[in-house]
Amino acid sequence: MSAVLRRWAQCCAVVCLAIFGQFSGVTGADAASIATEAALAADPVAEKRLLALSEELRCLVCQNQNIADSNAELAQDLRREIRGMIATGKSDKEIIDFMVARYGDFVLYRPPVQGNTLLLWGGPLVLMVLGLFLLVRYLRQRTRRVVETERPLSADDARRAEALLNESDSK
Amino acid sequence: MNRYFWILGGFAALVALLAVGLNLNPRDVPSPLVGKPAPAFALNVLAKPETTLAPKDMQGKVWLLNVWASWCVSCRQEHPILVEFSKKTDVPLIGLNYKEVRGDGGFDMGKMPADEEKRLAFQRANKWLADHGDPYTLTVMDLDGRVGIDYGVYGVPETYVIDKAGIIRMKHTGPITPDVLGKKIMPLLAELGK
Repeated sequence: MSAVLRRWAQCCAVVCLAIFGQFSGVTGADAASIATEAALAADPVAEKRLLALSEELRCLVCQNQNIADSNAELAQDLRREIRGMIATGKSDKEIIDFMVARYGDFVLYRPPVQGNTLLLWGGPLVLMVLGLFLLVRYLRQRTRRVVETERPLSADDARRAEALLNESDSK
Repeated sequence: MNRYFWILGGFAALVALLAVGLNLNPRDVPSPLVGKPAPAFALNVLAKPETTLAPKDMQGKVWLLNVWASWCVSCRQEHPILVEFSKKTDVPLIGLNYKEVRGDGGFDMGKMPADEEKRLAFQRANKWLADHGDPYTLTVMDLDGRVGIDYGVYGVPETYVIDKAGIIRMKHTGPITPDVLGKKIMPLLAELGK
């Protein structure tokens, strides 16, 4: 039992470490670079594309943020790369492909539908169908039981019931 | 009885799922670069700033590329293992110094001229290696982290094993432990070196 507990404690420790970014050397925001970024953001159309793209891309350092929200250094660098690629006329697909080639599918906030993500995409649907099936089955059984209990007693049963009632009354 | 069986069964399944899921390391993101050629670069060498090194210069050798920086705390943890490694083997170990000055976070980069950044980066990297020992065959300087992006670097330290044909065969993210070195890297080096 203590081995199991130790295992769980380890999990918690790993999760905490991940949260506080101890494992990784790349952390922390840099106010100065945010200011330079703002200065670069002159073209509103490009800026809109940058925002749309960086909302689709996961920051590898703080994994539950996209690179639009994250102020981690890597996210700033990647925004700079995207800005550069937009400036040189790259399409959205080319930019996404650039990121996937370096960081893998993990960088996509919207994972592609493919072999190893079938469970991810199909799982909720399977669970819903299964849930509906079980619900319908349960309701049908319940209705049947209700009907059975509400059926009037057969002549035989009625006579027996009466006999039993009389018996207890007489005592 | 039957109902309790289902509830207990469901709970056990959930515990099993969580036990497996929570034991996975969320930082261990598989690199799409494994099996692909090492991305090209030409970066200044720390010891000889007037020269550059490119991955194709290493063609025909099995080598390691280790991403480090003086501000990286975890790099300190793996450093003695690298020093030990460099004494034991003659496998080339190339250091890729990643954003030595920019990555530190303690500098106002908006006010620092490029040549000042370069001077400071070389000075800091040299000092760190002098203080902690230099296991590297040589170190190249990635000042702005662009090469880091090409290699998919997201958490320093990272280590790549590259084969004779220049193909990345393995990537390890995070500090190298004796376990990782002994069980993963050394056997792979032995196999690739044949």
